[in-house]
Amino acid sequence: MTRLKDIAKACKSKNAGPFHITLDIMFDDLKLFERVRATGVIRAELIAQLYGVPVDSVQFTEYPPALAWKATIARRIPSGAVGDTDIYGAQQHAPLLDIEVPI
Amino acid sequence: MSTASPQNKEVRMMSASGILGYGFPEASLNTALERKPHMIGVDGGSSDPGPHYLGSGKTLNSRLAMKRDLSLLLRGAIRNGIPMMVGTCGGAGAEPHLQVCADIIREVAREHGLSFKMALIHAEQDKGFLLEQLAAGKIRPLGNAPELKAQDIEGAERIVGMMGPEPYRQALAAGAQVILGGRGTDPAPWVALAMHHGVPEAPAWYAGKMLECACNAAIPKKHDCLLVTVGEDFVQAEPLNPELRCTPMSVAVQALHENASPVIRYEPGGVVHSEKCNLSAITDRVVRITGMEWKPAPYTIKLEGARRVGFSAFTIAATRDPGLIGQIDSFLDFVRESTATKVKALGLATEDYQLVLRVYGRDGVMGAWEPSKDAKPIEVSLIAEVVATTQEIANAALSLARVTLLHSDFPGRMCREGNMAFPFSPSDVERGPIYEFMLQHVIEIDDPLKMFPIEYETVGATA
Repeated sequence: MTRLKDIAKACKSKNAGPFHITLDIMFDDLKLFERVRATGVIRAELIAQLYGVPVDSVQFTEYPPALAWKATIARRIPSGAVGDTDIYGAQQHAPLLDIEVPI
Repeated sequence: MSTASPQNKEVRMMSASGILGYGFPEASLNTALERKPHMIGVDGGSSDPGPHYLGSGKTLNSRLAMKRDLSLLLRGAIRNGIPMMVGTCGGAGAEPHLQVCADIIREVAREHGLSFKMALIHAEQDKGFLLEQLAAGKIRPLGNAPELKAQDIEGAERIVGMMGPEPYRQALAAGAQVILGGRGTDPAPWVALAMHHGVPEAPAWYAGKMLECACNAAIPKKHDCLLVTVGEDFVQAEPLNPELRCTPMSVAVQALHENASPVIRYEPGGVVHSEKCNLSAITDRVVRITGMEWKPAPYTIKLEGARRVGFSAFTIAATRDPGLIGQIDSFLDFVRESTATKVKALGLATEDYQLVLRVYGRDGVMGAWEPSKDAKPIEVSLIAEVVATTQEIANAALSLARVTLLHSDFPGRMCREGNMAFPFSPSDVERGPIYEFMLQHVIEIDDPLKMFPIEYETVGATA
């Protein structure tokens, strides 16, 4: 088992508008990307599980031109509303780092 | 400026940086101008820094920083006889933000003896108009957003519409050389310029998307200027700083930036599809993109609004006590209850205030999404915030919460002099009025110009 943080080029989060957070997993090596892709580990169900949201609420796109996967989920709290902890949504990526990939 | 045939037509457009006021190297602007661009511009805004800017009317970046950028761009544009456009002026693109930028432009023109026709495109919406549209069933929610009610509109501090490229096109056709836009979809100024020269929607929108964040589409990441050449069926991106490069990967990565989807983008009047795009390196610094598509859709304008939710005050404290850290949740429950009792004793109701406690070192960043809540930190910081109906109540409730944090017993307490380390005196900080985004809706409108009145003025002319 390999953890994503040891093989991905980037695992990041960012606002996609004030009401959504978008998560990107990116590689910089085509062969490695394809090997990870072949495992089928990175999919909407996994994101739903990591963030505790319903799977049908995850907008998920595999994006080979950037050797990337993108998932967009609704924020727990809209950006800047009372109780929000991350206005830019730029530090919600941590659960992605420990994704285990069987390669 | 006539509408040329798109046949073999190439339009060159420059974007200065990600947001007006972020700065860019002057050398990159000069390189851009040597390439005889058809326009130079910069996007000025974003909802990313949160609702404060739209709510308060304050600008995201400082006037000094915006003036530095605008001065260079304006002088470059006038000297070369090309348009200069700024989208979403001042950060949030409402009336105060637009006026700050217009004021800077007039000041720079005065200082440098420049004269030109300027267009101001207003994006702040009249509540009466929005109420009429709501009553006519023209405003609908996006995604899972709730239905909009009249009282939502009435209670908003400020509402803007996100304009498409049409108002910019109108201003270009009217001969404006400097165009300042209120809130708009980020690519709008460049889309307008490309279409003004006859480029079709698909490459025009793709080019606009490349340009809105300037060298975010290049590597290494820097606030620097991007040149995009667009034609009838292609877009070509190239950084102006020789130290930066666009690669097929860096351009593809830009498609991921702040979008829900990397391949589908909803814009006023249609959808940009890039599933079939081909990205190829022309040189090691220049990328050509083909295959983008534009599918028209009924015209809609996205609304953005901020409402005031109250007044805030906060304090920062920290504990290094392992006994307290080990029972922090029950301790904070006690602090909430005890504060509530003391606030009630002031004659205030529980609905007059909210106490929000964030525990840094545990789940201060991710809250309920934190996967490792059981980690054992050796110190934790607390930010205690009160949001209340008035600043006076916020200050009073916070002061009671603060003293309760500092001087409350808990089982096994060893340091009876105080539970918290406060780094500041005064410990309590007033934050003033605070806002939240309250609109996730679009308005269906036939005329793309209707919500965005354009005002023209001749700057620098002797009366």
